[in-house]
Amino acid sequence: MRRMSAKFLVCMLAVAIGCKQEQQGGGNVGAADTAAIKVGEVGSMTGTEATFGTSSHNGIQLATNEVNGAGGIKGRQIVVIALDDQGKPEEAATAATRLISSEHVVALLGEVASTRSLFMAPKAQAAKVPMVSPSSTNEKVTAVGDYIFRACFIDPFQGYVMAKFATDTLKLKKAAILRDVRNDYSVGLAKVFNDNFTKLGGQIVDNQSYSSGDVDFKAQLTNIKSAAPQALYIPGYYTDVGLIARQAREVGLTVPLLGGDGWDSEKLYEIGGQALEGSYFSNHYSVDDPSPRIQEFVAKFKKAYGGQVPDSLAAQAYDAAGMLYDAMKRANDISGPAVRDALAQTKDYRGVTGDITMDDKRNATKPAVVLRVGKGGKYEFSGRIQPEGMKESNPAEAPRANPDQPKKTEGNTAPNPAPGTTPTPTPAPAPGATTSAQNAATTGQRQGVPAGEHPKK
Amino acid sequence: MIHFLQHVVHGVSLGSIYALIALGYTMVYGVLKLINFAHGDVFMLGSMMGWYASSRWTQEAAHPSWLGAIAVTLVSMAICGTTGFLIERFGYRPLRDSPKLNSLITAIGFSFLLEYGGQFVFGPNPRAFGALPISSSDQFPVLGVSISYIDVLCVGVSVVLMVVLHRIIFHSRTGTAMRAVSWNPSVAALMGINIDRIISFTFVLGSVLAAVAGILFASAYRKVDPLMGLMPGLKAFVAAVLGGIGNVQGAMLGGLILGLAEQLVASYVSSQWKDAIAFSILILILLIKPSGLLGKGAAEKV
Repeated sequence: MRRMSAKFLVCMLAVAIGCKQEQQGGGNVGAADTAAIKVGEVGSMTGTEATFGTSSHNGIQLATNEVNGAGGIKGRQIVVIALDDQGKPEEAATAATRLISSEHVVALLGEVASTRSLFMAPKAQAAKVPMVSPSSTNEKVTAVGDYIFRACFIDPFQGYVMAKFATDTLKLKKAAILRDVRNDYSVGLAKVFNDNFTKLGGQIVDNQSYSSGDVDFKAQLTNIKSAAPQALYIPGYYTDVGLIARQAREVGLTVPLLGGDGWDSEKLYEIGGQALEGSYFSNHYSVDDPSPRIQEFVAKFKKAYGGQVPDSLAAQAYDAAGMLYDAMKRANDISGPAVRDALAQTKDYRGVTGDITMDDKRNATKPAVVLRVGKGGKYEFSGRIQPEGMKESNPAEAPRANPDQPKKTEGNTAPNPAPGTTPTPTPAPAPGATTSAQNAATTGQRQGVPAGEHPKK
Repeated sequence: MIHFLQHVVHGVSLGSIYALIALGYTMVYGVLKLINFAHGDVFMLGSMMGWYASSRWTQEAAHPSWLGAIAVTLVSMAICGTTGFLIERFGYRPLRDSPKLNSLITAIGFSFLLEYGGQFVFGPNPRAFGALPISSSDQFPVLGVSISYIDVLCVGVSVVLMVVLHRIIFHSRTGTAMRAVSWNPSVAALMGINIDRIISFTFVLGSVLAAVAGILFASAYRKVDPLMGLMPGLKAFVAAVLGGIGNVQGAMLGGLILGLAEQLVASYVSSQWKDAIAFSILILILLIKPSGLLGKGAAEKV
């Protein structure tokens, strides 16, 4: 016993000395004002959503290198310290704490998944460290506090976009929903899709659920088939969606599948294969979008990462980092509160995913695109849906009324679509598609399931 | 009615895989009175090795053929059999004379070792498995119910393996020795039976069956990842207890009941209830008939 306490004492001492050194280090940084600005990143670099983390990391790196290459911020370089949370909410919280308390980061970038962002946000809020989530679309994330921002639109908008697309463009009257009850994101999208689809004159004929990680969905799918919907909305993540798509075809459910940005991964098609062809999902941007801003980004990204095509998570992370660095440049000094204030004032930041403006709830207001999964897993640009009050000021950024004829609307300034772009067989959304996100936002729900449950022995 | 039959078809297919895994639990328990919790993870290893054999070491998955699929299965069986042997040889054998609890804890340890060691070695990302020339979307209709060839394969292979296993246990010298060891190890040893060899054989046999189950499961559900053994393993354990642990037919029956219960609960009650129901069945059976449906109610000799 005595030996143990002695050991304990030594440990405490070591920790205390460590802390002291850390503080001294911190003091030096403040004094010199030339040391690097530390920014923390938390992402799922491994796990079932590993591509979310690695894509985001690439996007953040690209943005950081550009800013550093241009001389940094206020003469200081940026260092991004990235931690892997393995896709686990508790790990995300631990990583955030570690970045804040031992690395003394100025700001946090991450997480992609809403569930994990919700675990990180209270840590950032408590320490007054601004946090920018690139892709967490669940409403509750930024509601945690005034230091939490996001560079993407929120769930109500995505649910609304798909409901609008299904009724206006696909002319559907009957749809079914299959949602992941263990995922805040999925539950949120399903709820808003349900409300808006019904409001737009459609009917939800069946509402089923699953738990992420399940491998057998045949029971639910057989029930859905008997309800004879014209489409099935599955706002889940790509691994589950791939399996669901296959099993849907197996039980003879051949209608188009609809989904959200959680589908966006190369793995989706690897697992789901042909079963996914002809399905649609809402997303933040499309690589096939011929606008110069996007094509320039795609070219830069490909050059930096050996020809790899940036998915929407990479684009959003690029924008999230860019937005943060932009705010740092505008901020009075590089401290948490000053950067927070500058972030809150972001207006018409020209991101690759669209012009971003922060609303009073620290959510980004910007348009969404709908993509179609084509032959061989190629995503085809099928339309763009604007939130209300979004001015289409920049002609190069205007939504194409008809993606089949980009030149007409783009004028001479627009380059041709990327080689290999398959013309989309579906018409673009009707002009009325530019409507109220506000309506959608008010119908958004506050419910959810306890996050972060994992199968345990 | 057609929907009900469709759910039954899916349930039987799932149940036959549970039954194959349950056999491993039941045999090891029969011989050693040990619940080998690592068994579900040997099942995972079977799928994972199948993936490696078909997609990494060879290009089998790109051009699947029956011959290739059989070769992949044999490779996976060999690796799992070896793993089962090693786990028993170095994990359980040294503890055979210690209290049963020690072996049980070791079993749980091996389970975690395989799961998280698997995450470390194979990476935690799910992979798509496709070693068979048929996929679950190849189907034929019977009375309005669509049955996939994979379902038929799962049930067919399970039944064949169970018959083979039954013959081994009841109509071979090794099987007789297994039953003798199960009855009373020290007397069996006095009769000149090499207990170590019989126990090793039991582990290898169970692990080989788990490998086959792993290949079938991965073919039916396509996704392979290092934690996939957790739930099927637990459910197969429930199936083994349900049917009467130590009883081969019981494992088959238990697997089928569990597979059916899961599908029917998911379709007529709620998918969120299916696991709760599966484990409620376990509790109920243990309360009403502690020895399981087909288990012998033999009093334990003290």
